[in-house]
Amino acid sequence: MSVLVYTESENGVFKKASLEVASYAKGIADMMGTSVTAVAVNGGDTAPLGTYGVDKVLNIKDAKLDAFNAAAYAKGIAAAAKAEGAQVVVLTQSANAKYLAPLLAVALEAGYASNVVSLPESASPFTVKRTAFTNKAFSHTEISTEIKIVGLGQNAYGLKEASGAAATEDFSPELGDFGVEVQSVDKATDKVSIADAEVVVSAGRGLKGPENWGMIEEMADILGAATACSKPVSDLGWRPHGEHVGQTGKPVASNLYIAIGISGAIQHLAGINSSKVKVVINNDPEAPFFKAADYGIVGDAFEVVPELNEKLRAFKAANS
Amino acid sequence: MKILVCISHVPDTTSKINFTDGDTKFDTNGVQFVINPNDEFGLTRAMWFKEKQGASVDVINVGGPETEPTLRKALAIGADTAIRVNVEAKDGFQVAKELAKVVQDGGYDLVIAGRESIDYNGGMVPGMLAGLTGANFVNTCISLDVDGTAVTATREIDGGKETVKTSLPLVIGGQKGLVEESDLRIPNMRGIMMARKKPLSVVEPSGAGTETNAVSFEKPAPKGAVKLVETVDELIDLLHNEAKAI
Repeated sequence: MSVLVYTESENGVFKKASLEVASYAKGIADMMGTSVTAVAVNGGDTAPLGTYGVDKVLNIKDAKLDAFNAAAYAKGIAAAAKAEGAQVVVLTQSANAKYLAPLLAVALEAGYASNVVSLPESASPFTVKRTAFTNKAFSHTEISTEIKIVGLGQNAYGLKEASGAAATEDFSPELGDFGVEVQSVDKATDKVSIADAEVVVSAGRGLKGPENWGMIEEMADILGAATACSKPVSDLGWRPHGEHVGQTGKPVASNLYIAIGISGAIQHLAGINSSKVKVVINNDPEAPFFKAADYGIVGDAFEVVPELNEKLRAFKAANS
Repeated sequence: MKILVCISHVPDTTSKINFTDGDTKFDTNGVQFVINPNDEFGLTRAMWFKEKQGASVDVINVGGPETEPTLRKALAIGADTAIRVNVEAKDGFQVAKELAKVVQDGGYDLVIAGRESIDYNGGMVPGMLAGLTGANFVNTCISLDVDGTAVTATREIDGGKETVKTSLPLVIGGQKGLVEESDLRIPNMRGIMMARKKPLSVVEPSGAGTETNAVSFEKPAPKGAVKLVETVDELIDLLHNEAKAI
């Protein structure tokens, strides 16, 4: 019996979200009186997983898995879950984890709850709190199958260090037919993605045109943030669809969300509800976003943002 | 090519969300229901295949009679026939199992579903459907081309996109980008009139059970008032010392 956690890495280094799901898995294991086993795919140094509560790592090493493949990854994790007698399987909510989770649920005949925001409210019946209606509400969801799959929302639990070391074993499951073959990947490697971001700097139509995004990118650079935008901006083609935040775009659950020149339509607010601290800069004091924000500046973005960038740069230099 | 488009019947994006019966049921009072936006992109792409490559397009929903106006809207947009599986949808696994039976009985080559519905946001139906039927699966799909049985698709990944090759039979989880928003179709009067005559069949469910159960709902706690500041220095100070966000 164990809690199994799927940990994602990039170039052999475990992502922060993976350390967060490891922490969360440890929290569940403590509730259930059991241990945590992590599954890594071509993982490098597994020591950080031990620091966040993992007792054992099953490392699947296979060059064919360098490119993500949902069907093969799901088979590998399912095999690990069976080998370990896992009662609960925990995943992040990265694009890849969301891709493989339903395939894993079918393979394990397991109920799956996505977008979970906290530890189970009870282990038996197994009940978790998850967001629903694109962050406009929460659902208390019971999973009734023998094996439970939980997708933990980004930044929902945080990192919790635990004393211990993870024993690492190579694991070679049967991966079956891949079905889907990656031809090319187009990814800006120097940019922070919205899914990984602690801070998101987002802008809307108030910026008047794509040529004015330099100051937004500058702020993102200073804060190590991802850039995002409102729906009209991506519809106008000023920014790529992948940056569109909201009900029909991406949800954001960052620690800090800075919205510049975005009025705050209900669909946009739904997408950012899970962010912890929200800052709004808008020249319209009646903008609905101010009702959803923690901090606000009523002012012209073209005056406020350059000054804010300058002072944030100085602040970062003084506090790094 | 035989295409099935899965249509979720969801509250429109401007809906205020409330619950009844001791916070155990979604309050439909005054709520306008629409085709799930992610499904609408898929439906429009299916229309493209119909018009350019001669595909047939059926639409399907798992739900009660109240979802039929949404299916009729899909017919008015141009789908050939509609199917309603006559059972209240309670969780994604149940929906996927009911859909899988129809997909297998109907011999569909391509199933297009939205990557998630905007009500329960489970994000599980397309993947589970692929898993249950043994079809290939591409999630968060933003571009789809089919040549015979060969498929080239692009999907959104964190921080970028990825192009993949696969083959039919295929299930995709589609989203914005599959077609441009400006290409989405609004039913015209002729389409609405024709939709009235198109077949909408009601099939009885296979009786698939659920794996999860939404026991109750809760709305987020009301938000405190915004703290308006006059200067950027004040903002940086608050973000650092009060919010601990930088």
